[in-house]
Amino acid sequence: MPTHAYVPHAPGYVDNDGPKIVTARFPHEDSFTIGRAEATGAYLGLKAALDRRPSEVHDEVRNATLLGRGGAGFPAGVKWGFMPPGKYPYYLVVNGDESEPGTYKDRLLMERDPHQLIEGCLIACYALGLQQCFLYVRGEMALAQEHIAMALNDAYAKGYVGKNILGTDFSVDIVLTWGAGAYIVGEETALIESLEGNRGMPRLKPPYFPAAIGLYGQPTIVNNVETLSNLPWLMRNGADQYKTYGSDDSPGTRMFAVSGHVRRPGVYEVEQGVTTFRELLYGDNFCQGIRDGHELKMFVPGGGSAPWFFEEQLDLPLEARPVGAAGSMLGSGAIVVMDETTDAVKAALRLVRFYARESCGKCTPCREGTTWEERILQRILDGEGRPSDIDLLLDIADNISPGPYPVAADPDRSLEAIPFPPKQTTICPLGPSSVAPITSTIRRFRHEYEAKITKRDSIPVASAPVVAETVAEEVIA
Amino acid sequence: MTYFDDSNLATAREIISRYPRPKSALIPLLHLAQEQDGWVTDDAMRQIAELTGTTPAEVKGTGSFYEMFKFHPVGTYVVNVCTNIACQLLGAEDLLAHAEATLGVKAGGTTADGMFTLEDVECIAACTEAPCLQVNYRYRLRVSDADFDALIDDLRHGRADDVPEHGTLALVRQHIPADTGAGIVAPEDAREAPVWLARNAKADDAGGES
Repeated sequence: MPTHAYVPHAPGYVDNDGPKIVTARFPHEDSFTIGRAEATGAYLGLKAALDRRPSEVHDEVRNATLLGRGGAGFPAGVKWGFMPPGKYPYYLVVNGDESEPGTYKDRLLMERDPHQLIEGCLIACYALGLQQCFLYVRGEMALAQEHIAMALNDAYAKGYVGKNILGTDFSVDIVLTWGAGAYIVGEETALIESLEGNRGMPRLKPPYFPAAIGLYGQPTIVNNVETLSNLPWLMRNGADQYKTYGSDDSPGTRMFAVSGHVRRPGVYEVEQGVTTFRELLYGDNFCQGIRDGHELKMFVPGGGSAPWFFEEQLDLPLEARPVGAAGSMLGSGAIVVMDETTDAVKAALRLVRFYARESCGKCTPCREGTTWEERILQRILDGEGRPSDIDLLLDIADNISPGPYPVAADPDRSLEAIPFPPKQTTICPLGPSSVAPITSTIRRFRHEYEAKITKRDSIPVASAPVVAETVAEEVIA
Repeated sequence: MTYFDDSNLATAREIISRYPRPKSALIPLLHLAQEQDGWVTDDAMRQIAELTGTTPAEVKGTGSFYEMFKFHPVGTYVVNVCTNIACQLLGAEDLLAHAEATLGVKAGGTTADGMFTLEDVECIAACTEAPCLQVNYRYRLRVSDADFDALIDDLRHGRADDVPEHGTLALVRQHIPADTGAGIVAPEDAREAPVWLARNAKADDAGGES
């Protein structure tokens, strides 16, 4: 049996020896209470910010190159600069709708250290002149909602939130709000729709970049929970200190959830850029390798939407640019490890089924395409697949995400990596995300697909004049 | 239309008062309705429409998009077994099959006694603790078949103290005190920069920095 050196009151979190920027309070059992938070430096970052001009606080965040931790990895300080001047009021929307398969770090940050998140929200509001903050927590996360509600009530009572914060002229309300079960609401414009009381369907960008036209049509900053949770430490210690961790391109730490077939799955706070996938998956401080008697087959490097990696990509650093060049993304910091017992087709189907279920239905290529993908994969798995199904899957994928889809290199067959991100015919990246498991597995494990295909095409491929059209009609019928 | 009891109606009004637009309270109010009855009734949607200045059709239109809202009665305990990739790798499908056998219903079904609804759900963010499930949105981690049976037994006999009845999420609500709250900021009410940003301008005048 593997030993799980977990912190018992924070199931999943593993306390390793690395620097702690966002998880410093986790080892305390009462980390979510105002008493523990204040005793361990909570709101000192806010005080440091309030002693400075708002523009200086913004500069500090820009200088730190704090990258967004929600998936896209865009620098927060730059994103903050996109709001049109003078078009008041500005809003802050906190994205706590974490639902990407394999991902959970925001849930722990919200459950275990809500005061850190609240403090981060306040620092952002002060720096940018954001006048009301909406903290949107995923509906299924009841404990996170409870701890944040408790923390907000205490923070109001102590004068950290609300009118004339800490006796200054800075005033802002933080409103806890919550979703009700829809993956797509993690997309920032869909989240805004949901917050306005609508179905969570993404808006077209342009023109609906939230920084320009966001909540109620006003400039709005949408930031991820982990991104904002970095701000208190950053204000207490400064950008220079922040940049001593991680690499030049990706300073600081990131939380990674590693699940699947590893000896010690867990959520780890890891230095970005300098740590590699191999260290994280095999290191003694981290996951300690693949489970006994088995070997690595493949892994998802950045949440369900990321194209898959293999043995050859293990030495890449945990950093956006090299991972993107190698054909995938770090995304939401979720790594799902699969050993040689894993059926590639079955694993791909499970993720595709997720996207088919969660497609909001706004864009035709995604709404129809994900359903087709699921049905074709299911029939291959059920022994009802036909030889043309593989090309049909790739054809549907091409309709959602035209052109070569990002994939990892395959040295055995002299195939180069195709860099991330993909093109898309849809408003948001959900549709293209469904393509990732399909193209990753067909390229690498085509033989597994072929081995499952036992039926013949009803019209022999060799004699069919236009194969694609014939097959398409069959599927519709 | 009267649906909410007095206490919940006061809560509903308090929730609405936090948003610049009442319609923004629509999802929280649907949760409140579900807390009152365990599911969302037609009367609930009618009153929510009145309270938020929308129509019942809009309330249903929004609500039906979200999986957590139930528009028909469900079990006292909704058991959500995750079968997404990380859980699947560690036996979630077997767990779900065991759950179906134990409860005697397929995923999506409710037991005849109205105690349990079983669901096959997407990732619930506890992937390192696979296979996992939620019962009324309270976690159970690394669940074996025996653990599942013990959980059902506990729930049947009222021994799972941390699990409220279906519909109740957080046991603590946010309250913004009238005297210390900053107040809502509606688009039409705040055309000027907030006062604290003036600190930038003052410093610019004094120091000439941009």
